[in-house]
Amino acid sequence: MSYTADALTAESLRITGHGGDEIEAYLARPLGEGQFGGVVVIHHMPGYDRATKEITRKFAANGYLAIMPHLHFREAGGASPDDAAAAVRAAGGVPDERLVGDVAGSARHLRSLAASNGRVGVIGFCSGGRQAFLAACSLQLEAAVDCYGAGVTGAPPAQGPFRFTPLIGLAPRLSCPLLGLFGAEDRFPSPEHVAELDAELTRLGKPHEFHSFVGAGHGFFAVDRPSYRVEAANDGWPLIWDFYGRLLGG
Amino acid sequence: MCTYVTEKLAVQGSAKGTATWLPVTVAMVSWDHPQHAAAEHTLNLDFLDPARGPSARVAVELCEESARALARAILATLPPAESQGGS
Repeated sequence: MSYTADALTAESLRITGHGGDEIEAYLARPLGEGQFGGVVVIHHMPGYDRATKEITRKFAANGYLAIMPHLHFREAGGASPDDAAAAVRAAGGVPDERLVGDVAGSARHLRSLAASNGRVGVIGFCSGGRQAFLAACSLQLEAAVDCYGAGVTGAPPAQGPFRFTPLIGLAPRLSCPLLGLFGAEDRFPSPEHVAELDAELTRLGKPHEFHSFVGAGHGFFAVDRPSYRVEAANDGWPLIWDFYGRLLGG
Repeated sequence: MCTYVTEKLAVQGSAKGTATWLPVTVAMVSWDHPQHAAAEHTLNLDFLDPARGPSARVAVELCEESARALARAILATLPPAESQGGS
Protein backbone atom coordinates (compact mmCIF):
# COMPACT_ATOMS: atom_id res chain seq x y z
CA MET A 1 0.00 0.00 0.00
CA SER A 2 1.50 3.33 -1.00
CA TYR A 3 1.42 6.34 1.27
CA THR A 4 -1.54 8.72 1.07
CA ALA A 5 -1.78 12.00 2.96
CA ASP A 6 -3.81 12.07 6.18
CA ALA A 7 -3.60 8.31 6.77
CA LEU A 8 -1.76 7.63 10.01
CA THR A 9 -1.41 5.46 13.07
CA ALA A 10 -0.47 6.59 16.57
CA GLU A 11 0.47 4.90 19.82
CA SER A 12 2.12 5.34 23.19
CA LEU A 13 5.34 3.42 23.68
CA ARG A 14 8.51 3.35 25.73
CA ILE A 15 11.84 4.66 24.51
CA THR A 16 15.26 5.05 26.06
CA GLY A 17 15.85 8.62 27.13
CA HIS A 18 18.52 10.53 29.02
CA GLY A 19 20.79 8.43 31.19
CA GLY A 20 19.36 5.20 29.79
CA ASP A 21 16.03 5.87 31.50
CA GLU A 22 12.93 4.30 30.02
CA ILE A 23 10.33 6.99 29.37
CA GLU A 24 6.97 7.13 27.66
CA ALA A 25 6.62 8.72 24.24
CA TYR A 26 3.82 9.26 21.78
CA LEU A 27 4.59 8.13 18.23
CA ALA A 28 2.54 8.95 15.14
CA ARG A 29 3.46 7.53 11.73
CA PRO A 30 2.11 7.86 8.22
CA LEU A 31 0.37 4.73 6.96
CA GLY A 32 1.65 3.16 3.80
CA GLU A 33 5.00 2.49 2.24
CA GLY A 34 7.67 5.12 1.91
CA GLN A 35 10.72 6.70 3.49
CA PHE A 36 9.85 9.62 5.74
CA GLY A 37 11.60 12.39 7.60
CA GLY A 38 11.25 12.49 11.38
CA VAL A 39 10.14 15.20 13.78
CA VAL A 40 10.65 15.30 17.55
CA VAL A 41 7.83 17.35 19.06
CA ILE A 42 8.65 19.00 22.40
CA HIS A 43 5.57 19.63 24.48
CA HIS A 44 4.95 22.87 26.33
CA MET A 45 5.11 23.43 30.08
CA PRO A 46 1.46 22.44 30.66
CA GLY A 47 2.64 18.98 29.81
CA TYR A 48 2.35 15.86 27.71
CA ASP A 49 -1.21 16.74 26.87
CA ARG A 50 -3.89 16.01 24.32
CA ALA A 51 -3.22 19.25 22.44
CA THR A 52 0.42 18.37 21.82
CA LYS A 53 -0.48 14.79 20.91
CA GLU A 54 -2.80 16.31 18.32
CA ILE A 55 0.12 18.33 16.94
CA THR A 56 2.19 15.14 16.81
CA ARG A 57 -0.52 13.45 14.76
CA LYS A 58 -0.64 16.48 12.49
CA PHE A 59 2.95 15.82 11.47
CA ALA A 60 2.16 12.18 10.69
CA ALA A 61 -0.86 13.27 8.66
CA ASN A 62 1.52 15.41 6.63
CA GLY A 63 4.01 12.64 5.95
CA TYR A 64 6.45 12.67 8.87
CA LEU A 65 7.39 10.16 11.53
CA ALA A 66 6.67 12.16 14.66
CA ILE A 67 7.45 11.45 18.28
CA MET A 68 6.78 13.39 21.47
CA PRO A 69 8.78 12.33 24.54
CA HIS A 70 6.99 12.60 27.89
CA LEU A 71 9.35 15.06 29.56
CA HIS A 72 7.56 14.73 32.89
CA PHE A 73 7.47 10.94 32.93
CA ARG A 74 10.10 10.47 35.63
CA GLU A 75 8.32 12.66 38.17
CA ALA A 76 4.79 11.65 37.35
CA GLY A 77 4.44 9.16 34.54
CA GLY A 78 1.13 7.75 35.69
CA ALA A 79 -0.47 11.05 36.62
CA SER A 80 -2.64 13.30 34.49
CA PRO A 81 -0.65 15.78 32.36
CA ASP A 82 -1.65 18.74 34.53
CA ASP A 83 -0.70 17.01 37.78
CA ALA A 84 2.58 15.92 36.20
CA ALA A 85 3.30 19.47 35.08
CA ALA A 86 2.69 20.74 38.62
CA ALA A 87 5.04 18.12 40.05
CA VAL A 88 7.76 19.15 37.61
CA ARG A 89 7.19 22.83 38.37
CA ALA A 90 7.62 22.07 42.07
CA ALA A 91 10.85 20.27 41.24
CA GLY A 92 12.22 23.26 39.35
CA GLY A 93 11.40 22.29 35.79
CA VAL A 94 12.96 19.89 33.31
CA PRO A 95 16.77 20.03 33.59
CA ASP A 96 18.40 21.12 30.33
CA GLU A 97 20.77 18.16 30.27
CA ARG A 98 17.89 15.73 30.67
CA LEU A 99 15.92 17.43 27.92
CA VAL A 100 18.81 16.98 25.51
CA GLY A 101 19.11 13.31 26.42
CA ASP A 102 15.40 12.70 25.94
CA VAL A 103 15.38 14.42 22.54
CA ALA A 104 18.46 12.40 21.58
CA GLY A 105 16.65 9.20 22.52
CA SER A 106 13.60 10.29 20.55
CA ALA A 107 15.69 11.08 17.47
CA ARG A 108 17.49 7.77 17.82
CA HIS A 109 14.15 5.96 17.94
CA LEU A 110 12.91 7.75 14.82
CA ARG A 111 16.07 6.94 12.88
CA SER A 112 15.77 3.28 13.87
CA LEU A 113 12.38 2.93 12.20
CA ALA A 114 12.37 1.08 8.89
CA ALA A 115 10.41 3.90 7.29
CA SER A 116 12.93 6.59 8.32
CA ASN A 117 14.92 8.42 5.69
CA GLY A 118 17.51 9.19 8.38
CA ARG A 119 16.72 12.89 8.66
CA VAL A 120 15.26 14.27 11.89
CA GLY A 121 14.11 17.72 12.90
CA VAL A 122 12.80 19.14 16.14
CA ILE A 123 9.98 21.55 16.97
CA GLY A 124 8.91 23.05 20.25
CA PHE A 125 6.23 25.40 21.42
CA CYS A 126 6.45 27.93 24.26
CA SER A 127 9.01 26.55 26.75
CA GLY A 128 9.54 23.84 24.14
CA GLY A 129 10.71 26.50 21.69
CA ARG A 130 13.64 27.26 23.97
CA GLN A 131 14.24 23.53 24.34
CA ALA A 132 14.15 23.01 20.55
CA PHE A 133 16.96 25.55 20.22
CA LEU A 134 18.84 23.84 23.05
CA ALA A 135 18.48 20.44 21.35
CA ALA A 136 19.59 21.82 17.99
CA CYS A 137 22.72 23.28 19.62
CA SER A 138 23.49 20.04 21.44
CA LEU A 139 22.64 17.30 18.91
CA GLN A 140 23.18 16.66 15.22
CA LEU A 141 19.79 17.38 13.68
CA GLU A 142 18.67 18.41 10.22
CA ALA A 143 16.15 21.17 11.02
CA ALA A 144 14.80 23.00 14.06
CA VAL A 145 11.67 25.07 14.60
CA ASP A 146 11.38 27.43 17.57
CA CYS A 147 7.82 28.56 18.14
CA TYR A 148 7.92 31.56 20.49
CA GLY A 149 10.45 30.07 22.88
CA ALA A 150 11.35 32.38 25.74
CA GLY A 151 14.81 32.41 27.24
CA VAL A 152 17.00 31.84 24.19
CA THR A 153 18.07 35.45 24.50
CA GLY A 154 17.25 37.29 27.69
CA ALA A 155 16.87 35.45 30.96
CA PRO A 156 13.33 34.22 31.68
CA PRO A 157 11.81 36.35 34.45
CA ALA A 158 11.85 33.34 36.68
CA GLN A 159 11.64 33.21 40.44
CA GLY A 160 11.24 30.41 42.89
CA PRO A 161 12.41 26.92 41.98
CA PHE A 162 13.31 27.63 38.33
CA ARG A 163 16.93 28.18 37.36
CA PHE A 164 17.15 28.77 33.62
CA THR A 165 19.96 30.50 31.82
CA PRO A 166 19.83 32.15 28.39
CA LEU A 167 21.01 29.88 25.57
CA ILE A 168 22.45 32.46 23.22
CA GLY A 169 25.98 31.36 24.13
CA LEU A 170 25.27 27.99 22.52
CA ALA A 171 24.50 29.53 19.13
CA PRO A 172 27.93 28.70 17.62
CA ARG A 173 27.02 25.03 18.07
CA LEU A 174 23.69 25.23 16.23
CA SER A 175 23.80 22.12 14.04
CA CYS A 176 21.05 22.85 11.54
CA PRO A 177 18.91 25.58 9.96
CA LEU A 178 16.49 27.24 12.37
CA LEU A 179 12.97 28.43 11.59
CA GLY A 180 11.69 30.90 14.19
CA LEU A 181 7.99 31.76 14.43
CA PHE A 182 7.09 34.56 16.81
CA GLY A 183 4.25 36.85 17.79
CA ALA A 184 5.00 40.52 17.31
CA GLU A 185 2.96 41.29 20.45
CA ASP A 186 4.78 38.74 22.61
CA ARG A 187 6.75 40.13 25.54
CA PHE A 188 8.90 37.05 26.10
CA PRO A 189 10.40 36.57 23.62
CA SER A 190 9.95 40.23 22.79
CA PRO A 191 10.73 41.62 19.31
CA GLU A 192 14.00 42.81 20.84
CA HIS A 193 14.86 39.29 22.00
CA VAL A 194 14.07 37.94 18.53
CA ALA A 195 16.16 40.65 16.87
CA GLU A 196 19.10 39.85 19.15
CA LEU A 197 18.98 36.15 18.22
CA ASP A 198 18.56 37.02 14.54
CA ALA A 199 21.63 39.28 14.64
CA GLU A 200 23.76 36.72 16.45
CA LEU A 201 22.88 33.90 14.04
CA THR A 202 23.58 36.21 11.10
CA ARG A 203 26.92 37.15 12.63
CA LEU A 204 27.78 33.47 13.02
CA GLY A 205 26.64 32.59 9.50
CA LYS A 206 24.02 30.16 10.81
CA PRO A 207 21.14 29.58 8.37
CA HIS A 208 17.89 30.78 9.86
CA GLU A 209 14.54 32.16 8.86
CA PHE A 210 12.46 34.23 11.28
CA HIS A 211 8.85 35.35 10.94
CA SER A 212 7.01 37.60 13.39
CA PHE A 213 3.26 37.82 13.01
CA VAL A 214 1.50 41.11 13.60
CA GLY A 215 -1.62 40.77 15.73
CA ALA A 216 -0.31 37.65 17.45
CA GLY A 217 1.25 37.23 20.85
CA HIS A 218 2.50 34.16 22.62
CA GLY A 219 0.92 30.78 21.89
CA PHE A 220 -0.81 31.67 18.63
CA PHE A 221 -0.73 28.05 17.41
CA ALA A 222 -2.65 26.78 20.47
CA VAL A 223 -6.13 26.10 19.13
CA ASP A 224 -7.54 25.39 22.60
CA ARG A 225 -6.40 28.65 24.20
CA PRO A 226 -7.49 32.29 23.95
CA SER A 227 -4.05 33.12 22.56
CA TYR A 228 -4.90 31.30 19.31
CA ARG A 229 -4.66 33.60 16.30
CA VAL A 230 -6.08 31.99 13.24
CA GLU A 231 -4.31 34.25 10.72
CA ALA A 232 -0.87 33.69 12.25
CA ALA A 233 -1.44 29.95 12.59
CA ASN A 234 -2.69 29.65 9.03
CA ASP A 235 0.36 31.53 7.79
CA GLY A 236 2.74 29.68 10.10
CA TRP A 237 1.91 26.07 9.28
CA PRO A 238 2.76 26.38 5.56
CA LEU A 239 6.12 27.85 6.57
CA ILE A 240 6.78 24.75 8.66
CA TRP A 241 5.74 22.40 5.84
CA ASP A 242 7.99 24.24 3.40
CA PHE A 243 10.95 24.29 5.81
CA TYR A 244 10.70 20.63 6.78
CA GLY A 245 9.90 19.67 3.20
CA ARG A 246 13.20 21.12 2.05
CA LEU A 247 15.31 19.81 4.91
CA LEU A 248 13.69 16.57 5.98
CA GLY A 249 12.28 15.43 2.66
CA GLY A 250 8.94 14.42 4.14
CA MET B 1 5.00 33.96 27.37
CA CYS B 2 5.94 31.22 29.77
CA THR B 3 6.72 33.37 32.79
CA TYR B 4 8.08 30.55 34.99
CA VAL B 5 7.20 32.92 37.86
CA THR B 6 6.63 30.62 40.82
CA GLU B 7 6.79 30.79 44.58
CA LYS B 8 7.02 27.52 46.46
CA LEU B 9 6.43 27.27 50.20
CA ALA B 10 6.01 24.69 52.89
CA VAL B 11 2.55 24.79 54.43
CA GLN B 12 0.44 22.89 56.91
CA GLY B 13 -3.27 22.29 56.42
CA SER B 14 -5.77 20.35 54.36
CA ALA B 15 -7.46 20.68 51.01
CA LYS B 16 -10.43 18.94 49.46
CA GLY B 17 -10.77 17.95 45.85
CA THR B 18 -13.79 16.34 44.23
CA ALA B 19 -13.18 13.05 46.01
CA THR B 20 -11.72 13.50 49.41
CA TRP B 21 -9.60 15.58 51.77
CA LEU B 22 -5.86 15.38 51.72
CA PRO B 23 -3.16 16.84 53.91
CA VAL B 24 -1.18 19.57 52.17
CA THR B 25 2.49 20.11 52.81
CA VAL B 26 3.53 22.18 49.79
CA ALA B 27 1.88 25.15 48.14
CA MET B 28 2.88 26.73 44.87
CA VAL B 29 1.79 30.10 43.61
CA SER B 30 2.56 30.88 39.99
CA TRP B 31 1.62 33.40 37.36
CA ASP B 32 1.72 31.45 34.12
CA HIS B 33 -0.32 29.63 31.50
CA PRO B 34 -3.38 27.89 32.96
CA GLN B 35 -4.40 24.33 32.25
CA HIS B 36 -8.12 25.02 32.09
CA ALA B 37 -9.10 28.66 32.58
CA ALA B 38 -9.76 30.68 29.43
CA ALA B 39 -6.94 33.18 29.79
CA GLU B 40 -3.37 33.50 28.58
CA HIS B 41 -2.09 33.77 32.13
CA THR B 42 -3.68 33.09 35.48
CA LEU B 43 -2.69 33.09 39.12
CA ASN B 44 -2.29 29.38 39.76
CA LEU B 45 -2.53 27.86 43.23
CA ASP B 46 -1.41 24.29 43.76
CA PHE B 47 -1.78 22.56 47.10
CA LEU B 48 0.20 19.35 47.19
CA ASP B 49 1.19 16.41 49.31
CA PRO B 50 4.17 15.07 47.36
CA ALA B 51 4.48 12.12 49.73
CA ARG B 52 1.20 10.82 48.29
CA GLY B 53 2.25 11.29 44.68
CA PRO B 54 1.65 13.90 41.96
CA SER B 55 -2.10 13.34 41.86
CA ALA B 56 -2.47 14.43 45.49
CA ARG B 57 -3.15 17.96 44.32
CA VAL B 58 -5.85 20.59 44.58
CA ALA B 59 -5.48 23.28 41.95
CA VAL B 60 -7.10 26.67 41.38
CA GLU B 61 -6.61 29.07 38.45
CA LEU B 62 -7.81 32.66 38.90
CA CYS B 63 -7.82 35.72 36.67
CA GLU B 64 -5.64 38.58 37.90
CA GLU B 65 -8.52 40.62 39.30
CA SER B 66 -9.92 37.63 41.18
CA ALA B 67 -6.51 36.73 42.55
CA ARG B 68 -5.94 40.24 43.88
CA ALA B 69 -9.40 40.24 45.46
CA LEU B 70 -8.67 36.87 47.05
CA ALA B 71 -5.32 38.07 48.39
CA ARG B 72 -6.99 41.14 49.91
CA ALA B 73 -9.73 38.96 51.39
CA ILE B 74 -7.21 36.58 52.92
CA LEU B 75 -5.29 39.42 54.54
CA ALA B 76 -8.51 41.04 55.71
CA THR B 77 -9.77 37.80 57.19
CA LEU B 78 -6.65 36.66 59.00
CA PRO B 79 -6.18 37.76 62.62
CA PRO B 80 -3.40 40.30 63.09
CA ALA B 81 0.01 38.69 62.75
CA GLU B 82 0.96 39.54 66.32
CA SER B 83 -1.90 37.39 67.64
CA GLN B 84 -0.23 34.39 65.96
CA GLY B 85 -3.29 32.29 65.42
CA GLY B 86 -5.21 33.09 68.59
CA SER B 87 -8.86 32.13 68.29
